[in-house]
Amino acid sequence: MLGKTAGGLFWMFRRLERTENTARLVDAGVRIALTRSSAGPDDWKSIVTAAGVGDAFETRHGQQYEASTVVDFLLRDPANPSSVRSSIEMARTNARLVRTALTREVWEATNECWMTLDKALSDPVRERDLPSILGTIRQQSALVRGALHGTMLRNDIYDFARIGTFLERGDSTARILNVKYYVLLPSVSFVGSSLDNVQWETILRSVSAHRAYRWLNGADFNPKGIADFLILDRRMPRSLAFCAAKIADNLGYLADDYGLRHPCHDMAEAMRNCLRGHTIDSIMEDGLHEFIETFIRDNNALGSEVERNYRFNG
Amino acid sequence: MQSDSNFFDEMYQDTDAPRAPYQRYHDWITAEDAAGLRRKSSEAETFFRRTGITFNVYGDDEAAERLIPFDMVPRIISPHEWTRLAKGIEQRVRAINAFLHDIYHRQEILRAGRIPVELVAQNEAFLPKMIGVSPPGGVYTHIVGVDLVRTGADEFFVLEDNARTPSGVSYMLENRETMLQMFPELFSLNKVVSVSNYPQDLRRSLAASAPSDCDGEPVVAVLTPGIHNSAYFEHSFLADQMGVELAEGHDLRIVDGRIAMRTTRGYTPIDVLYRRVDDDFLDPLNFNPESMLGVPGIMDVYRAGKITLANAPGTGICDDKAIYSYMPDIVEFYTGEKALLNNVPTWRCSEPESLAYVREHLSELVVKEVHGSGGYGMLVGPAASKKELAAFSAKLASNPSNYIAQPTLALSTVPILTRQGLAPRHVDLRPFVLVSPQGIRITPGGLTRVALKKGSLVVNSSQGGGTKDTWVLEA
Repeated sequence: MLGKTAGGLFWMFRRLERTENTARLVDAGVRIALTRSSAGPDDWKSIVTAAGVGDAFETRHGQQYEASTVVDFLLRDPANPSSVRSSIEMARTNARLVRTALTREVWEATNECWMTLDKALSDPVRERDLPSILGTIRQQSALVRGALHGTMLRNDIYDFARIGTFLERGDSTARILNVKYYVLLPSVSFVGSSLDNVQWETILRSVSAHRAYRWLNGADFNPKGIADFLILDRRMPRSLAFCAAKIADNLGYLADDYGLRHPCHDMAEAMRNCLRGHTIDSIMEDGLHEFIETFIRDNNALGSEVERNYRFNG
Repeated sequence: MQSDSNFFDEMYQDTDAPRAPYQRYHDWITAEDAAGLRRKSSEAETFFRRTGITFNVYGDDEAAERLIPFDMVPRIISPHEWTRLAKGIEQRVRAINAFLHDIYHRQEILRAGRIPVELVAQNEAFLPKMIGVSPPGGVYTHIVGVDLVRTGADEFFVLEDNARTPSGVSYMLENRETMLQMFPELFSLNKVVSVSNYPQDLRRSLAASAPSDCDGEPVVAVLTPGIHNSAYFEHSFLADQMGVELAEGHDLRIVDGRIAMRTTRGYTPIDVLYRRVDDDFLDPLNFNPESMLGVPGIMDVYRAGKITLANAPGTGICDDKAIYSYMPDIVEFYTGEKALLNNVPTWRCSEPESLAYVREHLSELVVKEVHGSGGYGMLVGPAASKKELAAFSAKLASNPSNYIAQPTLALSTVPILTRQGLAPRHVDLRPFVLVSPQGIRITPGGLTRVALKKGSLVVNSSQGGGTKDTWVLEA
């Protein structure tokens, strides 16, 4: 496979993942606004920060963290490289680039996803249309994922697609935790207040995990449980441990397939082992914030190393 | 059907009396309900859009991807018509390769005075760097498109030769796929020769043209200028269908004297490169130094015989319309036979008497730039206003050798489906030819392009033309 093709697959799936993650953050934001009379600019600001586009937002809108401004920026703004519209456009451009590596089903699902979302997001979204548009985004990206799982060979093409997916997903979950880590700290004085419950629920909703958490923990929403769930639970498909394990697996398949190990393999295994070796208590003890920041840094460094080792760019 | 008796209609002899090859199709479509057919037609558009069978139009907004309109009425060619055409095409393509070999070696045809020396020596498309180079297997044009038009029952003419980089074969294949999906019943009613082997034939043909010292299965790749190129869809389609890599210039470099592609496991040498990058952009060290699309030094590797380029550099000279005007002589010179396919009579404006004639009869003629393609920069006299004619006449006078002129041909028509039912529109035909040291292979049929506007003679997709599926019936 051409190095460029591997890079195109990696970025195509990072971008698809980002499309969904951004939509999920908007969904979480809208829910807080609906369920809480006091939802205000601070909540929207943390959504923008969690999406990793705080600087781009403030360059464009200053401190105007109003619901409609934020929603438009996250869904439609071409100046926001992570907006749903920009992300799906870049996913589709990469898909065109690597079309020879995709099954017809995956290409068509991606192309159709782009056509549908580009049309749905061509005009500002009215508040009452928002739920149906967020639903469309979820549905269209699910179709691409379904086509990937159902029709692609499990070879290096699939591995690069998966590595891109989980690097992006790990980064996204970690950024959400990084923005909200303080509400998960046990020392915060208003533990148990209703404000807290909303914050926790927002975190869980941002990763579509509020129901999963309830299945596992009943109604016992507590900060440590949530942190444990999102960082260490290997059943939870958006947890850091899950993402790190998947990346290490897929890189491992590549090493077997090619008969060649690279520095990225050691890095990925170190990350997986680090998450396996911790308990939530030891993380809290050493500092939750530092732990998450280290994860984000290592995850990014791993992405660059994969890019180098497999010659995406030269 | 509406008809216009000035033109030869390929489907109908008279209103409602179909010609033999169209008989079954006529019976079928007469029995179909009109609304249902129109619905099918819009389904086809959705299908093309979803599949991403698009092209980019130069000069349009960037990234504007357009569909080439597809008309669902097939163009049908009888077996004996096709046999005749195929013979003529094969002869012409043989002559083209012999001509290319000659002008880059001994130049016998120039010494014999059959073609003016300056027409070759001073031709932009003549590549002095190819002098003395013998491509692997002696093949210059591995992929050729010969554009044909028809004016009567037995009157076919070659309109132009595409020996550089003929495009459109992906539309030929996708048009057939679309027809098979939409109207499977038509293919039980009619025995249509399949075209679906083209990608395998192309791959085999390219592999057979590999350098002679290549041992084992040759590594083939397609070189594309990238996703912004108007024919990118076709490049990726062909790479995909052949099961080979689709590379851009920056994926390739010279490793140990060979062209190699950067893969996830390191550099892999390539034996045959089907390149869809023009000569001028192929090698910034040997040609245009500004080019970002090519591979520095590839021409040196090529001259050393370490890679096959398909088509060979310097083949574009055969697309030149002044060279075209000599094609009957070229065929005769190299094959010793009369050309089986006719040329359209052509005035070379470089010749003073011809120029005078052309300027006097401008309103009856079609005038083309000798290096032009895609229907750009051409004048269709009968359709031009007085002002346009005057302006063009001035252009002609200032640079006569840049132009040739031809009579306005009464191009044949094939019906398309319109809101008012079937209506005749002008068509041409581009058959696709594969050449390898093992021989010449012509895909039955080719791409039919159709002018969708009533009365229009311009079929180019960049100028609002569409395409049709082209059937050659089994004998």
